Amino acid sequence: MVTDALIAVAALLLLAPAGIVLASSPIGRPTVYGASLALALLLATVGIVSLSGQHNSNVTLPLGLPWLGAHFRIDALSAFFLIVINLGAAAASLFAFGYGRHEEFPGRVLPFYPAYLAGMNLVLLAADAFSFLTAWEFMSLSSWALVIAHHHLRDILRAGYVYLLMASFGTLALLFAFGLLAGTSGDYAFAAMRTAPPNAGFAALVLILALVGAGSKAGLVPLHAWLPLAHPAAPSQVSALMSGVMTKVAIYGFIRIVFDLVGPPAWWWSMPVLLVGAITAVMGVLYALMQRDLKRVLAYSTIENIGIVFVALGLALAFKANAMNLAAALAMTAALLHVLNHSLFKTLLFCGAGAVLASTGERNIERLGGLIHRMPRTAFVFLIGCVAISALPPFNGFVSEWLAFQAILVSPQLSSWGLKLMIPAAGALLALSAALAGACFVRVYGVTFLSRPRSEAARNAHEVEGVSIVAMGLLAVACLILGIIPGFAIDALATTTQLLTGGRMPAQVGVAWLSIVPIAEGRSSYNGLLVFVFIAVSAMICAFAIHRLASDKIRRSAIWDCGFPDASPMAQYSGSSFAQPIRRVFCTLMFRAREIGEMPPPNSTSPARFTAIVYDPIWDTLYAPLVQFISFSAEKLNALQFLTIRRYLSLVFAALVLLLLVLAAWP
Amino acid sequence: MHGLSFDIAHLLAGSLVVVSFLELYQDRLLALIHIYAVHALVLTLSVAWQAFIHDAPHLYITALIALAFKAVAIPIGLRRIIIRLGIHREIDNVVGVGLAMLTGIGLVALSMVVMLRVTAEADPLAREDLAFALSVVLLGLLMMVTRRNAVSQVIGFMSLENGLVLAATGAKGMPLVVEISVAFSVLIAFIVIGIFLFRIRERFDTVDIQALDRFRGERR
Repeated sequence: MVTDALIAVAALLLLAPAGIVLASSPIGRPTVYGASLALALLLATVGIVSLSGQHNSNVTLPLGLPWLGAHFRIDALSAFFLIVINLGAAAASLFAFGYGRHEEFPGRVLPFYPAYLAGMNLVLLAADAFSFLTAWEFMSLSSWALVIAHHHLRDILRAGYVYLLMASFGTLALLFAFGLLAGTSGDYAFAAMRTAPPNAGFAALVLILALVGAGSKAGLVPLHAWLPLAHPAAPSQVSALMSGVMTKVAIYGFIRIVFDLVGPPAWWWSMPVLLVGAITAVMGVLYALMQRDLKRVLAYSTIENIGIVFVALGLALAFKANAMNLAAALAMTAALLHVLNHSLFKTLLFCGAGAVLASTGERNIERLGGLIHRMPRTAFVFLIGCVAISALPPFNGFVSEWLAFQAILVSPQLSSWGLKLMIPAAGALLALSAALAGACFVRVYGVTFLSRPRSEAARNAHEVEGVSIVAMGLLAVACLILGIIPGFAIDALATTTQLLTGGRMPAQVGVAWLSIVPIAEGRSSYNGLLVFVFIAVSAMICAFAIHRLASDKIRRSAIWDCGFPDASPMAQYSGSSFAQPIRRVFCTLMFRAREIGEMPPPNSTSPARFTAIVYDPIWDTLYAPLVQFISFSAEKLNALQFLTIRRYLSLVFAALVLLLLVLAAWP
Repeated sequence: MHGLSFDIAHLLAGSLVVVSFLELYQDRLLALIHIYAVHALVLTLSVAWQAFIHDAPHLYITALIALAFKAVAIPIGLRRIIIRLGIHREIDNVVGVGLAMLTGIGLVALSMVVMLRVTAEADPLAREDLAFALSVVLLGLLMMVTRRNAVSQVIGFMSLENGLVLAATGAKGMPLVVEISVAFSVLIAFIVIGIFLFRIRERFDTVDIQALDRFRGERR
């Protein structure tokens, strides 16, 4: 199976030079995206076949470090992530099949797109630290090239620069983590690391480094700064991949290191993960509520969902450290299922945002509106994505968040008081973020697709290509199916959770009426099908009742028309208006949100002004001082470039003597 | 291994360090070049002795290279250069001799401590050799740092390289190719530096490096 996967990856890599050659010809786009689609489907099939864990096999290629070679392996964990990555990649490729027509510079996108897919898949296949890091960097660099594809636009190069910096920083942390895992024997194969786990102090350091390294790629607060800049900057199909799929590769890296390679967890390990996850979830969604750029809202919402996944992973760590295998399996299932779900609906939403961008040229939601009339199909699938990401039944987002809450409800059985107090707090933050996410997507959908068009571009919008609609529709169907019959997905994850936590959830497929029962029948159960049928039936009855009973009556409208006869569409309820209550309640303290209203003096005809000011606390308190410090020290060190030869020699000499002294004084 | 042969090897390597100290002390250029010739001669003897006791004929070639180039060709060349430049009577020092010597003693002590600790289980002859070689390297570097005349810096560089050769012959199994290439690189460095010396002299009327600094507008 590994061989098949590697051949597919090699084919993707070969597709990259083909992309260069074919970029300017009319068959370039269908060839590259069509072949990417086929190869992604092939890789997803490999993942599905390998998910049972029956077909584990190793391949060692004579590449990379000469004494190590390049090890590749598929186990239940990488198989699951292969499915996630390649389903998302297949959908994005299908979407790009039509959407790529709007690309201004196909030569800057087509070569890197398959290379990027290959890089992500290689990370999953790698079974030694060297190949893992090489593939990881390859993925970062190829996505960076895609981010700066439109570098003539404002701020894109800066986004690319910040992204490159943070990606290198994260890789550095991972490099140290793998160095600690390899230990003094220096064997970088994962199999060797597994057999010789580091001692407690080093293991804790590995956890922190993995949290920093993988977290910076996934977008954990406060390492998220690059994500809302870089994800929206790329072409939309790539944004969908970066947000929906690449963050999952980062989560895979974290799980691989912390649950697989580093050995049994200590009792306190879950605490930093839970803390960071909960903060990330709430901050991410609050940021999202403040944004006006459609793609940036989606990027911040990715940060929120990554926070949810990390909270679930923290729970799994806590239960695993306390030998509660069943609960650990439950939390891990919630995390993995949310990974899958988020990859589906985030890809869908980014594709939808791309469709809106292509037909209106507008990303600012304050200048959109009324698109449901001009782009009804896109509006429908986008609505499904919004409902799913807001964790409303009967869609898939609800299932995974519900499972996470079920895991939180098991936490009183833990022995440590710190965790007993911390997990409910994290749960409360999770609930808050779920509610705010609902508000966020009501805002996005309402302002973008409902109401009247706020600009000429929105008024003249038109539906996108059929192929793109089909891609989004398939994702929407997947969201619904996973929401209605989650039991199959949960059972399919059993091998993976067995591998990672040593436990597995009870089989769900046998439960009557397709319910899922995570712990026991008397405790809690959820039946997506029932909820779906109920919602469908009651909605139909409501629609029928409204149409038959309410709309039939003669209606008279008021003379003054509620003060809204034919005013400017800009006078409508806007996104900022929608966010105002939340901004006032939650953001006054943390984001130092201020509102300045200026009334004109009496008898003046000048307009009143209203300004809302929001600061970014992380950027202002963490990154700005860091940037200042670096430029300060760079200025000081600049003098080193203009020394005399003798001084340079003296520096070298002093460094040598210093090192020798350290060596002499070493205990 | 032990007994006389070890003692002689020890003696030759130790005298290389002593000659390095002589170089460090000597601030007249012409005398410095003569001492460098002695330095290279001691190195030749040391390498030849290693070749004899280890029964490694290729080391004789190394010794021959050291003798021909370092002990004869380069000193003669340098001597000609400074006589043609008319600087053979110049005195060159930045730091006082006493301070330089004291620093040198400290460096030798440091290299002994480091090497004897690091190579605890190595062959005793190699240990001593490595410790002496490191001392010679450090003293050569110290000389490059404390002098300001380009010629003395060249000599510091060459004696540093002598230390490297000493270390290499102590470690058994260094291929001859590497030694030859090192020797050639030193020769090329010598030629290049010689050409530069003349160019600098043409431009600035001196080979005092401080003149270059003044020219660049540096203030001391």
